[in-house]
Amino acid sequence: MLSFSWLAGCKPAAEEALALPKEWFELNGYLKIGENGLVTIMSPNPEIGQNVKTSMPMLVAEELDVDWKNVIVEQAPLNTTVFTRQLAGGSQSISQGWKSLRMAGATARQMLREAAAKTWQVPVEEITTEASMLYHKASSKSASYGEMASAAAKIEVPKEVELKNNSDFKIIGTSRNNVDGKKIVTGQPLYGLDYRAEGMLVAMIAHPPAFGMKLKSVDDSQARTMPGIKDVFTIKSYPEDYAQQWCDVSSFPELVVVVGNTTWEVMNARKALKLEWEQFQDHEISSSTFWGTTVKVKVPGGLENSSQHAKLMTDYAAKNAKVVRKDGNPEAVFKKAAKVIERSYSAPFLAHNTMEPMNFFAHVTEEKAELVGPIQTPEFMEKSVAARLNLPLEKIDIQMTRQGGGFGRRLYGHYLVEAAVISQKIKAPVKLIYTREDDMSFGVYRPAYHALYRAALDADNNLIAFHVKAGGIPESPLFADRFPAGAVDNYLAEEWTAPSNISVGAFRAPASNFIAGAEQSFLDEVAEAAEKDPIQFRLDLLDRTLNKPVGEKNDYEAKRLAGVLELVRSKANWGQDMPNVHRGVSAYFCHDSYVAHVIDLVVENGKPRVEKVHCAVDCGIVVNPIAAINLVEGGSVDGIGHAMYSGLTFTNGTPDQTNFNKYRLIRHSEAPKAIDVHFVPSTVDPTGLGEPPFPPVMGALANALYKATGKRHYQQPYLGEGITLG
Amino acid sequence: MAVINLNVNGKKQSVDVDPKTPVLWVLREHLNLVGTKYGCGIAQCGACTIHLDGVAVRSCQLPVSVIGEKAITTIEGLSENGDHPVQQAWLEHDVPQCGYCQAGQIMSATALLKENPAPSDEQIETAMNGNICRCGTYVRIKAAIKTAATAKS
Repeated sequence: MLSFSWLAGCKPAAEEALALPKEWFELNGYLKIGENGLVTIMSPNPEIGQNVKTSMPMLVAEELDVDWKNVIVEQAPLNTTVFTRQLAGGSQSISQGWKSLRMAGATARQMLREAAAKTWQVPVEEITTEASMLYHKASSKSASYGEMASAAAKIEVPKEVELKNNSDFKIIGTSRNNVDGKKIVTGQPLYGLDYRAEGMLVAMIAHPPAFGMKLKSVDDSQARTMPGIKDVFTIKSYPEDYAQQWCDVSSFPELVVVVGNTTWEVMNARKALKLEWEQFQDHEISSSTFWGTTVKVKVPGGLENSSQHAKLMTDYAAKNAKVVRKDGNPEAVFKKAAKVIERSYSAPFLAHNTMEPMNFFAHVTEEKAELVGPIQTPEFMEKSVAARLNLPLEKIDIQMTRQGGGFGRRLYGHYLVEAAVISQKIKAPVKLIYTREDDMSFGVYRPAYHALYRAALDADNNLIAFHVKAGGIPESPLFADRFPAGAVDNYLAEEWTAPSNISVGAFRAPASNFIAGAEQSFLDEVAEAAEKDPIQFRLDLLDRTLNKPVGEKNDYEAKRLAGVLELVRSKANWGQDMPNVHRGVSAYFCHDSYVAHVIDLVVENGKPRVEKVHCAVDCGIVVNPIAAINLVEGGSVDGIGHAMYSGLTFTNGTPDQTNFNKYRLIRHSEAPKAIDVHFVPSTVDPTGLGEPPFPPVMGALANALYKATGKRHYQQPYLGEGITLG
Repeated sequence: MAVINLNVNGKKQSVDVDPKTPVLWVLREHLNLVGTKYGCGIAQCGACTIHLDGVAVRSCQLPVSVIGEKAITTIEGLSENGDHPVQQAWLEHDVPQCGYCQAGQIMSATALLKENPAPSDEQIETAMNGNICRCGTYVRIKAAIKTAATAKS
């Protein structure tokens, strides 16, 4: 069993071993080597806190066979000719870059070997490498990468190279501290909001106060006269007859813009605007999907309320919905069951609340558009900016800063288009800044969800039928082919959606971030009704999927899901009674990875406290353990926090929470006291890690709370059901 | 507008601003010290934490006109070479994920340790409760504070 002692391997990063070289030699788009041996590796993907800026260059460095202490990392700009999939989404940066990044390192290493072979007049096969050095053993010749860099840069990039065997990894699988760590703890400029350029102005927008409304009139007479204000004007979110991309989301057709010298002056002038709003009617927009097909989307008029949403969801749950999967004859089996358990679960809209609010720098001239800031989808947004500004793609230059959180929010970059349009209009470099209130009230939220579950047991407490009917406003959270599909003979999965004019999108582990908690809470109740241990109950079902699967398509590998359950069972000493420790378990598959949680709650003065989270993860090969553990810890805290505290509600289309005084995020005193992370040893290529640890912990929390208090939880946030953690 | 004299990280500074401007924006936009972060603007998240005569305060709701002679310390001025024991502990534990809140966390932690060199878990939680970390690095922050406390004593 692998168990990483991350403290042992993570002394503070040594001061840079080498000074900057006099000259750089570029071996390919991913890396350049200085004459003194220093290597710069470009990190292609957006860094949103998932650690790719350290772990992706580690893959290059591994195959280059370079000494990590001689590596510096630079964030690559958007460059579609060199890099592929420069995107932070779907927990796929490492898995999609696993081959290409290693190839970049391996081809450069091969070029260095060929350069050495040529120089020494020996066969290239006889050249070995180790830690930035080239060797020819037979002639006792050696040279550093720096010495060969100039010659290597002249060698043609090889088409085919062999990659290392996993057993030869020296960097992959070892803990490497965050390459930006020192800059972060000393407050150096790293983030979009920190970016500044000569002559840069600051812009803010005013948007309608409610979803369902649009601008009616603007009186900017006072605002215009205020100190530091350059201009006030309106911009259209989209031109007429425009197919917006999936990532270019704005619920408001027109925005008011205030531009000035400083943030404080612009904030004050914005407050002095006198704006009138009116409701918009039902209408239709054109939207292109992730895969590029254009679809018509109906946007209903009206001002929505959370109380109406709650009723709407229970009404939908009571009706027949669209059948997505059906195995056996669930209707008939439910009728003859000895016991039927039926429960409903719901969760509210969520705002992403990245700590760094939306912002972007833009400098648009007739020749080009220069854009700098935090964005998860630079390649997609480049297309939107080009279309909106009517400039060819090659004239759009996007640079990515380090990002103060992503969580899916920065997949949707309309703010980037806004910045570009504002700069074009005022003919100056400008940084668009959202305040927290803008960020929370002009979001692309996690939808509100509902799921109704039914389970049928026979007289011997066997699970003989399972039914899930799930839906949301306005998207469904259902994954019909995930567990327990495949493990039950009679299975029915239905879904529904209800229209809304509130903008929604992906939020860390989309849909899973609700359905995992609901399903895992429900299975806990079913196990209890069946008088079975909750882990053994799941393992028995997984055994069925493994040996005699029901249906033709089940998304998950039963063996790996069982693997994390078994690992967490053993690591947590499950089954061992400890005084005043109340435990809940969950396990879930998403983004190609498997995670199981056990939560230990302790009750003191009538208040439950998360004493420990035990977490087992199967994400294939772990690239950078110290960061991987951090992500799992963070995902676990995040899941507990959102299940317990967070929610966005609406009154007449207006968000009721627009800052952290009303919108609750988990804080220090509510966080788990300890989190133990265990990885299943694996030789499988890496799978996702940013998202998978987030969804299941919600179920483990609900199940542990039940053990601690005797009360089941059905509606997130659980705070609303009268429970807090301490 | 008014000319206001400040003592920031041991240096005398003079800015010509609206006296109501929060210290946060003076630091970020007039003095180009961007380590102090904007998170909420209403003193609820702690990203903008600085020291005023060694005491942790939220700079986003603090008008620059009320500072007077008090010494401002920002994350940039916490140590000369970025080697304050708290900064070192942060690196040792590899605390940051996105990193955006961490300057504020570090400023709160250093103020705590100055007042209480060996805080209990509960005291750490109370002192740090005003600092939100959206990535959820709370367990590591606590461990780093304990490491820094040990290093200092």
